[in-house]
Amino acid sequence: MNNTYMIRYGEIGLKGKNRPAFERRLMDNISRALRKLGSSRVRRVYGRIIVESEAEPARVLDILSKVFGIVGVSLALRLPLDERVICEGALATVRDAAARVLMPAGEPLTFKVEARRSNKQFPRTSPELNGLIGGYLLDNFPGLKVDVHTPQIRVRVEIREKNAFVYANDMPGVGGLPVGVSGKALLLLSGGIDSPVAGYMAMKRGIEIEAVHFYSFPFTGEKSLEKVRNLCRVLTDYTTRVKMHIVHFTDIQKEIQKSCPEELRVTIMRRMMFRLAARIADNQGALALITGESVGQVASQTLESMRVINQVIDIPVLRPLVGMDKLEIIHRAQAIGTYETSVLPYEDCCTLFLPKHPATRPRLEQALDAEQALDLEGLLTGSLERTIVEDIIRS
Amino acid sequence: MTGLQVYLDNSATTRPYSAVVRAVAEAMEEHYGNPSSLHKMGVEADRVMSRARQAVAASLGAGPGEIVFTGGGSEAINLAIKGALPGRWGKHVVTTAVEHPAVLNACGQLKEQGIQVTVLPVDEQGAVQPGQLREALREDTYLVSVMYVNNEVGTVQPLDEIAEVLADFRRGGRKLLWHVDAVQAYGKLPLRPGELGVDLLSVSAHKAHGPKGVGALYVAPHTQLLPLVAGGGQEHGRRSGTENVPGLAGFGAAAAVIAREARGAAERIFPLKKKLAEGILAAVPGAVLNGPPCRRENLRCAPHIVNLSFPGLRGEILLHSLEERGIYVSTGSACASRKSPGSHVLKAMGVKGELLEGAVRFSLSSLNTEGDIDYAVEQTAAVVQELYALYN
Repeated sequence: MNNTYMIRYGEIGLKGKNRPAFERRLMDNISRALRKLGSSRVRRVYGRIIVESEAEPARVLDILSKVFGIVGVSLALRLPLDERVICEGALATVRDAAARVLMPAGEPLTFKVEARRSNKQFPRTSPELNGLIGGYLLDNFPGLKVDVHTPQIRVRVEIREKNAFVYANDMPGVGGLPVGVSGKALLLLSGGIDSPVAGYMAMKRGIEIEAVHFYSFPFTGEKSLEKVRNLCRVLTDYTTRVKMHIVHFTDIQKEIQKSCPEELRVTIMRRMMFRLAARIADNQGALALITGESVGQVASQTLESMRVINQVIDIPVLRPLVGMDKLEIIHRAQAIGTYETSVLPYEDCCTLFLPKHPATRPRLEQALDAEQALDLEGLLTGSLERTIVEDIIRS
Repeated sequence: MTGLQVYLDNSATTRPYSAVVRAVAEAMEEHYGNPSSLHKMGVEADRVMSRARQAVAASLGAGPGEIVFTGGGSEAINLAIKGALPGRWGKHVVTTAVEHPAVLNACGQLKEQGIQVTVLPVDEQGAVQPGQLREALREDTYLVSVMYVNNEVGTVQPLDEIAEVLADFRRGGRKLLWHVDAVQAYGKLPLRPGELGVDLLSVSAHKAHGPKGVGALYVAPHTQLLPLVAGGGQEHGRRSGTENVPGLAGFGAAAAVIAREARGAAERIFPLKKKLAEGILAAVPGAVLNGPPCRRENLRCAPHIVNLSFPGLRGEILLHSLEERGIYVSTGSACASRKSPGSHVLKAMGVKGELLEGAVRFSLSSLNTEGDIDYAVEQTAAVVQELYALYN
């Protein structure tokens, strides 16, 4: 039997002329996300998306609750336009919803019926339907009480052209915009806590991401790389696939270690990373870089450092975590499922050559001076030539 | 990089002998019956298992009735330590600071149950002093657990002297069980628990070219043991659960080789170890050997484990640099973080600071060749020079 799901999508309903494109993208993303559960049908009715799927509801709801653009999703009953059947459907829905509400014995369970009628041929108006169905529920379900302001159960009834839909339990979605409507950007992904969260935040604004990871074997090992792959796998929960560029960073790091003043190593390293990422972005048609930087967190994340590091590129750098403190970032990482992987001990290249006293206020001339010792072009090309691309697909 | 692959992480696990692989596959394909079943298929599986039991028993100079098969070395160790019954008087257990985590953590669990645990210190070579054991023994000591060969630095504990201390103690009629974790000794050194007076001795198949997920506990006759796994009463009630017949068939095949060659294994491996240790120490100024000096007459020196420190380097980076050249080694401890507390074994031996951070373990097996060792020495020396140049 097919189950029907009613999907609400808030923000993109407000997009004016672009709205059809946003809706189409959301529907595409939903179909793609549900693909592994077998066949499903996704269609749009006015202001809603309706999904039909044979798969187990808990799995469908779990997947849909992670699709950006969806504000809420409910398992719904699709019924013929028959008052009696609609009343019975409402009763079944309330029974189901009531089973999930924890109530002290003897307390009444409060509810409200919210009918909407887009099919104006239907013989009753919405207020009439509210009264009719509400009365039916009160007669047939003992212990119910109407509360129009803060009901424990909202029974929604939508009268459409061919069918009525009845649903109650609304499961919140992640909101935001459908991934892909805002173009593509490149996420600088380390193995830490911050960068996966930054990727999530960017996707939430509709940005499609590709990941760039700087890999310094033998200074870090296969386990640290696998950890980054696993972080990408978690991000595919929200976007089905992530292309991951594994940039060969070893030679650059060795050169910096050999030729640059100790306190500037982090600054120069970050400048090299930005240069590499910007080139990959150009090749991939990505319009911005995304980093997990948060002002003041470490030496390379002071405004002075950021300015010196940013100077090497001319595409925008998005720093979605700039307004969050570490605790907020950790909470978000836990909520999206990346935290456990991020805190595994395998280090990435950033932590290996850390000087004892990195410059927190590097000046641009210092960085330019230090880079005189490097064959920038040779190092960048060499590094990109040895870069490997992997496709991380939702499992 | 050449195509040469040199596996020097045999204390982590070993490559199974082809005879082992064949035995496992044959058991899976042909003898898939449940050894407890009454029909022919069950009887055949049971026969495969008893042959394996005989082979493992023979490799330990024991009788088949003294072997309890387990799901690996750690399980054998846990069965020994948690299954040993304290009796009414027993409240005290003695072990050492350099034991494998399976022993130390099992003792930690005993401690939570109110048993007192004495952890003996070791000298700078990682060896226990029998005199200190003598002093630690008390009226209410019911269990002593001392390993045979240390897995990180290759120290051979003085089991003969420990046996004497324990025999003295028991002479007064006092009961006391002795467990030996022999996981790293099995297949490398002769093992005769009966002759030594050991009550419980644990081994693991995969550390000796057998399959993973099977181990054995030698249990001397009349030793009472509480099972950890309750169920259908397999292994004389000491370890329930349908037996891993394919794994045991493989274990048996490995044990047959061990029974034939154990004495020879040390003879073959030790010269390679010596060559490796001396080669690297000569080529890398500043490198330090952790553990017993590498001499044949040195009784404390296991034939197959070399632990070296390279001050100023992190073991993990050296590990990956060698990996890049097809050489597989291990750091002293499994944890890879900079904040990692470092190896408990090296710390117990008094190793500190840069020497603790820069420790690498090379562990050999009889499958290694002289060519492997030449290549490993040459590459280690080269890599260390490169890394030193980069860091200093």
